[in-house]
Amino acid sequence: MGFITQHPVLVASVIKIAVLLFIVMTALAYLTWAERKIIAHIQSRWGPYFVGAHGLLQPLADGLKFLFKEDITPPVTDRLVYTLAPFLALSLALTAIALIPFGPPSVLIPVVGQQAWSITDINIGLLLVFAITAIGVYGVALAGWSSNSKYPLMGGLRSSAQMISYEVSLTMSVVGVVLLAGTLNFNEIIKGQSGYWFHFIPRWHVIPQVIGFLCYFTAAIAETNRVPFDLPEAETELVAGFHTEYSSFKFAMFFMAEYANMITVSCLATILFFGGWLSPFPDSWKWQIFLPGAGLVLLGIYCAYDTLTEMRGIARLQLAVVTLLALGGGLLCLYPPVAQVIQGPFWFTTKILVILFFYIWMRGTLPRFRYDQLMSFGWKLLLPVSLANLVVTAFVMIWPWLRHG
Amino acid sequence: MILPLIIFSLCALLAVGGAVALILSREPIHSALALILVMVSLAVLYLLLGAPFVAAVQIIVYAGAIMVLFVFVIMLLNMEAEERTDFSKIAKFVGVPLGLVLIVWAAYWLAHSPAASAMGTGAAMEPSSTRELSKQLFRQYLFPFEATSILILIALLGALVMARKEE
Repeated sequence: MGFITQHPVLVASVIKIAVLLFIVMTALAYLTWAERKIIAHIQSRWGPYFVGAHGLLQPLADGLKFLFKEDITPPVTDRLVYTLAPFLALSLALTAIALIPFGPPSVLIPVVGQQAWSITDINIGLLLVFAITAIGVYGVALAGWSSNSKYPLMGGLRSSAQMISYEVSLTMSVVGVVLLAGTLNFNEIIKGQSGYWFHFIPRWHVIPQVIGFLCYFTAAIAETNRVPFDLPEAETELVAGFHTEYSSFKFAMFFMAEYANMITVSCLATILFFGGWLSPFPDSWKWQIFLPGAGLVLLGIYCAYDTLTEMRGIARLQLAVVTLLALGGGLLCLYPPVAQVIQGPFWFTTKILVILFFYIWMRGTLPRFRYDQLMSFGWKLLLPVSLANLVVTAFVMIWPWLRHG
Repeated sequence: MILPLIIFSLCALLAVGGAVALILSREPIHSALALILVMVSLAVLYLLLGAPFVAAVQIIVYAGAIMVLFVFVIMLLNMEAEERTDFSKIAKFVGVPLGLVLIVWAAYWLAHSPAASAMGTGAAMEPSSTRELSKQLFRQYLFPFEATSILILIALLGALVMARKEE
């Protein structure tokens, strides 16, 4: 006990990290489920349906399967680097999420007095996230090299070339927002976006920086190796790209790293362009604090209807549990003190989910770029446009009369 | 105040160990990885010194950009493990003792310099803000800053000219 009372900050931080890790891991698992479901519905299929009600237990089954499969290490690999690569990829991807504030800094943990919704609140948060994503390239590049095989090497080379190229545009597209906000601290950037134009349009950076946002989003998709920029793992040409030789849980780690990176760039987009944990509605709309609870209750009612009409056998039982959880959580969130506290994380998660949906939607819709198209798009279009955006923003910032006409 | 000391010792050990591994390993990729380790440990040391901006830039520029290019080139050329030769006699009998003398001399000098006595007083531990740093950089030291960037640009153009194939 003595240790806990002497180091409240350390203990609180460790607990927060553990909770966040658990939430992020669960979110990763269900992101794969959501992706399969959404793409299935785009393509007029059902998607996972049989493991659990609506396939809800599919991620769990997949995880177990990955754990119990034999972990094959080809004898010609560079063992140290081959083992290091997936760990590097996953740990870096998860570290970046630790810097994200999920709610306003004013909400404190009762006894310790620390911020409840963020692990750290540092002045150069944005820079650090970019630093971490910058080293993220190594996981993919080293995996490709250490496999000592042709397809992974090609995949690794492609991905490092692609990530270096698009990282430049990614960083450039964000500088416009930094100029507007005048800080690199996430919470300050978000606070700078409070307020409304004409009393109802939120002052989010996405409106003055719409070109910056489009550049950011395009570069972010390329940076996370997703369709239409998923050349490092183009199945038709490269088998599976950099992770061809990986099996069992090491493969799963690359998979999780990719989804963790998706979450990170969505968090960044939310913070930089969509006002982070700020509500899109004016403060005078008092009823909005009941939205999270109402949403959960509605979900619960839908699940109850589904349980009673569609499901049979064990699936009915499983969906009944989901129904009870949703209804119980919803009622809890309708209780005003609780509703007040969870406002920030609610809006933050909602915005992230919308952006993730766009991600998946894009995967279901667009075909893959050709490699030379990818490179010329990145260097000849995206980079000049984001540079021009930066220059125009800078001019508007130093000559205020441009802003007022 | 024991935590900074632990972190410092760990990162200092990692930095030195990484530097030794960089020289000793025969596989080019392992050397590159060791160099990345050195750079990241140095970044943590900068953080301890209260220079978060420099630490982040160290990782972004060195570990994130320059070393990625190194690794990329090593992969592209598919370099084999390098061959070891025996130490030359001069290196063995003159180089190693001179190196040791240099290390001892540097350690002695550092221990007796005014900077050493200022260490641990906590004067330099206050984190410097990025705003202050950029004000210094773009007002007081604008000319050296721009001169350096032009110098790097010239080196870049030079590399391009050298690498271009003759028409």
